[in-house]
Amino acid sequence: MSATTVPVTPVRATLRGIAARVGLLGGLGVALVVILVVSAGTGQLDVPADQVLGSLMHKIGLDIGPVPTHPQGENTLWQVRFPRVVMAALAGAALATAGALMQGVFGNPLAEPGVVGVSSGAAVAAASVIVFQWTFAGTWTVAVCAFLGGLVTTTLVYVMSRDGGRTEVVTLVLTGIALNAVTSAGLAFLMFLGDTQAREEIVFWQLGSLNGSRWEYVGVVAPLAVVGLVAAMLLAPRLDLLALGDRAAKHVGVDVERLRMVTIVVVAVLTAAAVSFCGIIAFVGLVVPHLIRMISGPGHRMLVPASALGGAVLLVTADLWARTAVEYADLPIGMLTSLVGGPFFFWLLRRARRTAGGWA
Amino acid sequence: MSAGTAISAHGVGVTIDGRPILGDVGLDVAAGEVVVLVGPNGAGKSTLLSVLSGDVTPSAGHVELAGRHLGHRSARELARLRGVQLQKQGLAFGFRVHEVVRMGRSPWHRTAAAERDDVAVEEAMVRGDVIELADRLFPTLSGGEQARTSFARLLAQETPVLLLDEPTAALDIRHQEQVLGVVREVAAAGAAVVVVLHDLSLAAAYADRVCVLAGGRVRADGPPAEVLTGDLLSEVYGHPVDVVEHDGALLVVPVRPRATPTAPTTQEAPCSAG
Repeated sequence: MSATTVPVTPVRATLRGIAARVGLLGGLGVALVVILVVSAGTGQLDVPADQVLGSLMHKIGLDIGPVPTHPQGENTLWQVRFPRVVMAALAGAALATAGALMQGVFGNPLAEPGVVGVSSGAAVAAASVIVFQWTFAGTWTVAVCAFLGGLVTTTLVYVMSRDGGRTEVVTLVLTGIALNAVTSAGLAFLMFLGDTQAREEIVFWQLGSLNGSRWEYVGVVAPLAVVGLVAAMLLAPRLDLLALGDRAAKHVGVDVERLRMVTIVVVAVLTAAAVSFCGIIAFVGLVVPHLIRMISGPGHRMLVPASALGGAVLLVTADLWARTAVEYADLPIGMLTSLVGGPFFFWLLRRARRTAGGWA
Repeated sequence: MSAGTAISAHGVGVTIDGRPILGDVGLDVAAGEVVVLVGPNGAGKSTLLSVLSGDVTPSAGHVELAGRHLGHRSARELARLRGVQLQKQGLAFGFRVHEVVRMGRSPWHRTAAAERDDVAVEEAMVRGDVIELADRLFPTLSGGEQARTSFARLLAQETPVLLLDEPTAALDIRHQEQVLGVVREVAAAGAAVVVVLHDLSLAAAYADRVCVLAGGRVRADGPPAEVLTGDLLSEVYGHPVDVVEHDGALLVVPVRPRATPTAPTTQEAPCSAG
């Protein structure tokens, strides 16, 4: 029992863990700032990075750096680009965090708001707002309905796919198929009901798009996303213990039912934040937490904040590509994430089969 | 009921889907004592352990832990009083062994005892013999290695009551002895321990008291030498059992029909009975 003979002391492992943590979070933070500035400056009207930063500095009252030289530069940045990149960052962070939380709470690495149909549940509620032109809460109406839709579907998935204290991969994926079938029927019905304009809006919704992000919308999404992210960080340490299974988690002091209910509400808040104005952007919540786990292991203290940053980086990058890949065209971002995410999901399934449940 | 009672069941009954699993079970475990639960399959051993751990609420009777009704305590409070090792270990994600053992310390977060975290984890890993596995991923371990890791996690929790459901089932003979040896040490240091075992000779060697369950009821409860008798075990298990003494240790062996070791010849069809 002497500490000196032990090859890997827990203390040293902890120190190594802290160093890795700072490194990864710092790296992702820098990457996010860089991609935000680059993305804000890129488009039909290019603004060099120093002018983007200069414009920001002047806005907050600091006389540093050059202002945009192009007469429309300032306007383009503040009316179009900034709300759009901020929205992309918020949606990406919210989706990736929701994915990480769901995987933790289900003890299942394939749980993701898009895959299991939570995003589409929220989208059905949001589409109802468009079609029936509800306005009971002003700009917030869509967000409120999306939250309720997300909450109902997350709870349904949870109740239907759980058996004997754990969620089997197959049950979860099949539950997702069943739910997605019902929600697409709901969306189809809403499109049938709606007029041409509503239909068009819903179609773009399903494709997922950041086109038309405005400060007004950012003002709704930002508080939701921030509340969700903060709650996620607070929940993170206890999610590790859920990996032990319900009974063993309870044995080490986790109030399993309460933790799970709270987490489901947080997932619904985050999903609503992302879906309300951006539509369905699938697979971000699947791909990002997986990549982070490969780098830093499954511990949620690291996984949750790193996923938030990673999700933001991913979606801002994807959005930059979506609006610059083809000239004068704004590709739907949901299409892009699914194009990449689909094969990734397939690869995960294959790997899961090979390792027979050993989600290393 | 004595002053040193750490955990006790009073008239506990469990009925699942109208089928009685346990009936009127009473059990007192004192601090410093190792009580081994034995009995045939379906006797209710695991159910009794679930009731003692607070996972299953009994339909009759109640459990007292450290002088208070079990149901009146929060999950975190319970986790500081009793640790449980389940029969089956599973882990949803690829945590490393030292991380899994450290999970046992979570009930002590934000308490004065958290200072002991590193020491407790290290001691537990040494006693569970998982130091060499410290950096391995839990899901890639063999069943026995996973069981030892879970045992180490239980030790790291440092609770005054320990409940173990067949901790030795997947272990080789050396680790069986080692784990139960550590269980005895922990009891000697003042803990109350309840262990479910299938191996009656192991029970005889390591128990202060053996509690024989059959058909959901306590059939016998006492020191191994009194309880583990050929007659009782033969009756409870529905199979003739011999108890022999060897070097001062009780060995429980099933009586096997002599497979005619004297004549293993190939006598075929005209086999005569006598």
